[in-house]
Amino acid sequence: MPDLTVFVQTSTLAAIIGIAVGVSMPAIAMGWAISRALDALARQPEAERAIMRTLFIGLAMIESLAIYVLVIVLIILFRNPLLEYLAQ
Amino acid sequence: MAEDSLFIHPIFEWGPVQFTSTVFTTWLVMAIIVCIVWLVTRSLQMRPGRLQSLVEAIVSIIEDSIRDVAPQHVQQIMPFIGTLWVFLVFANLIGLIPGLHSPTRDLSATAAMAILVFLSVHWYGIRLQGLKNYLLHYLKPSPILLPFNLISEVTRTIALAVRLFGNMMSMEMIAMLMLLVAGFLVPVPILMLHIIEALVQAYIFGMLALIYVASSLQSQQLRQQKQGENHA
Repeated sequence: MPDLTVFVQTSTLAAIIGIAVGVSMPAIAMGWAISRALDALARQPEAERAIMRTLFIGLAMIESLAIYVLVIVLIILFRNPLLEYLAQ
Repeated sequence: MAEDSLFIHPIFEWGPVQFTSTVFTTWLVMAIIVCIVWLVTRSLQMRPGRLQSLVEAIVSIIEDSIRDVAPQHVQQIMPFIGTLWVFLVFANLIGLIPGLHSPTRDLSATAAMAILVFLSVHWYGIRLQGLKNYLLHYLKPSPILLPFNLISEVTRTIALAVRLFGNMMSMEMIAMLMLLVAGFLVPVPILMLHIIEALVQAYIFGMLALIYVASSLQSQQLRQQKQGENHA
């Protein structure tokens, strides 16, 4: 079935591109957040607890974006719901 | 094989109810925690031994970090947030034991905990500042933001569940893929990363729950501060 082959190839390619873009963007964002937090820490070392707490929460928020991408990519790769239509 | 690791399959079914390994590991974690706590609190002393001072340090760290966020409601919030923290640390770390899955790599378990957080936000908000004041905080800072406030209630709950699930599931999956690709004992450094990830994710889940609960109490704190300024 050529349809199935094309579908599998396209979804694999889409998954790879998706995870590449979806990981590098949050990586840039996290780098910005960390560098700003270090700036703030160098200026006000006494506010370390508050800065680190906010930093961790912000990083968690950004990281969850990458996790969404990962979950969707894994679903595309292993549990693609559209594959059942084609296989019928 | 990789297909199996995305979702958990039931071990046995009893009518419409499916029992997965999540149920058993959750009960195992609960039993471990209860045993440790029972052993420690069985003989409390004024001059604490090693174990007691360790547990006291953990409790006081939890108390301090809650006091940083919600200084006036430590007593009310601490049982819930502290339980989340302790349970999540054990639940995330138990996945390192061979043959056991951590309960938090199952979306059902993390979704259940996220729903607990979602409900307890309203519970604490209504209980500590009254129904009317609590509902009014959705209209702040401006009534235009009401739909956004309501949407954020739902999305942050989903995000809480998916974040923990995605992290734990992906860490386990990475270890398994390394095992497939590279071979025996190679995933060990990845498992060390898993320990850090487990602790960080437990911290973040509890911290976000704490901040969500505290944000529903914030308007009351602001009002009390204003009253304090008026009196002064």
